[in-house]
Amino acid sequence: MFDWLQHFADWLIYSVFGIGADTHLGTALNFFVFDTLKILILLFFIVFIMGIVNAYFPIERLKDYLNKKKLYGLEYFFASIFGAITPFCSCSSVPLFIGFVQGGIPLGVTFAFLITSPLVNEVAVAMFLGMFGAKATLIYALSGILLGSLGGWLLGKLKLEHLLSDWVKEILENKMQQAEFQGEKRTFRDRLPEITRGAWDIVKGVLLYVIIGIAIGAAMHGYVPENFFNQYLGGGQWWTVPLSVLVAVPMYANAAGIVPIIQVFVAKGVPLGTAIAFMMATVGLSIPEATLLKKVMSLKLIAIFFGVVTLCIILSGYLFNLIL
Amino acid sequence: MSKTIKILGTGCPKCQSLTGVVTDVVSENNIDATIEKVEDIMEIMKYNVMTTPALVIDDVITIKGRVPSKEEVLDLLS
Repeated sequence: MFDWLQHFADWLIYSVFGIGADTHLGTALNFFVFDTLKILILLFFIVFIMGIVNAYFPIERLKDYLNKKKLYGLEYFFASIFGAITPFCSCSSVPLFIGFVQGGIPLGVTFAFLITSPLVNEVAVAMFLGMFGAKATLIYALSGILLGSLGGWLLGKLKLEHLLSDWVKEILENKMQQAEFQGEKRTFRDRLPEITRGAWDIVKGVLLYVIIGIAIGAAMHGYVPENFFNQYLGGGQWWTVPLSVLVAVPMYANAAGIVPIIQVFVAKGVPLGTAIAFMMATVGLSIPEATLLKKVMSLKLIAIFFGVVTLCIILSGYLFNLIL
Repeated sequence: MSKTIKILGTGCPKCQSLTGVVTDVVSENNIDATIEKVEDIMEIMKYNVMTTPALVIDDVITIKGRVPSKEEVLDLLS
């Protein structure tokens, strides 16, 4: 599918710039040009498709669905899927959280949504698809959704409602009658320019991260010896998964910047499961997110939330290393 | 009659670009309106919006969760 792009990169670097294919610089530059263009194309298409999906399934409708249907335990799974298809913006997480609990959706189900939303987002999916291929992307997305469901269910079982901020509890006590969602009545043709523009905006927004991430990745690719990490991290030492997750939790990196670097780690011998766990901890949990959530939850609740999710990520890292 | 425009958002990049679009439309077309930014989350939740930024014109929510084009804002204001 991307053969033509590889030909273009070969032509540009080896013929136009005249840098040999057998030099470190040549392969690194080739890798950089090919990957950057491929990722940007994939990113644009995926964001565009997600934009169309979202135009038809706005979050209010998803919320109504969760609220009205009897789902017999599957509500955690559905909330998690909805989290995956909704575009994530960290500043929307607080209003979403309040909107969910206010609308009568159980705290655990809300958590399922909140866990998956940053974990499986359009940028992460596009980057994964570009760097690891379809199979690894599917594994990443599915495990993100399952992890969100499991984490939400666990948090729901812990009965943590009393740990919400006082003003949120107040909202819960006098549940306001909310207006039903009125869909915007606009045709597909009206929406198309706006969806295209939205996709461009996202691509432009992460462009710098993609370039920096791929540049670092390309440099490492050319200069780090094969199997370099094998000696230290590849032997399946039990502590590598928890260590990489714990290092990643406070870190905040855009999925666009982190995936190309992770790809190099994997290429040089880090097990894919450890890498996925690292990635999930980086994009899923962060200090900025904790600061935002501070407005609606007590510190204790944030700590429990982060703890449960961290534990789930570590477990899934082990699981991946076993089955992959 | 002067319109009251409120922009609901906690200060993310999208909220800032919505503010930019609205300010431009108002000044370019000499619309008689006051623009108010609502950044306090407790205030925002009173409007029952789940996605920010949101645009409120004379206490009616007209747009939520996205940044509209200038033409669309002009339509809404006139």
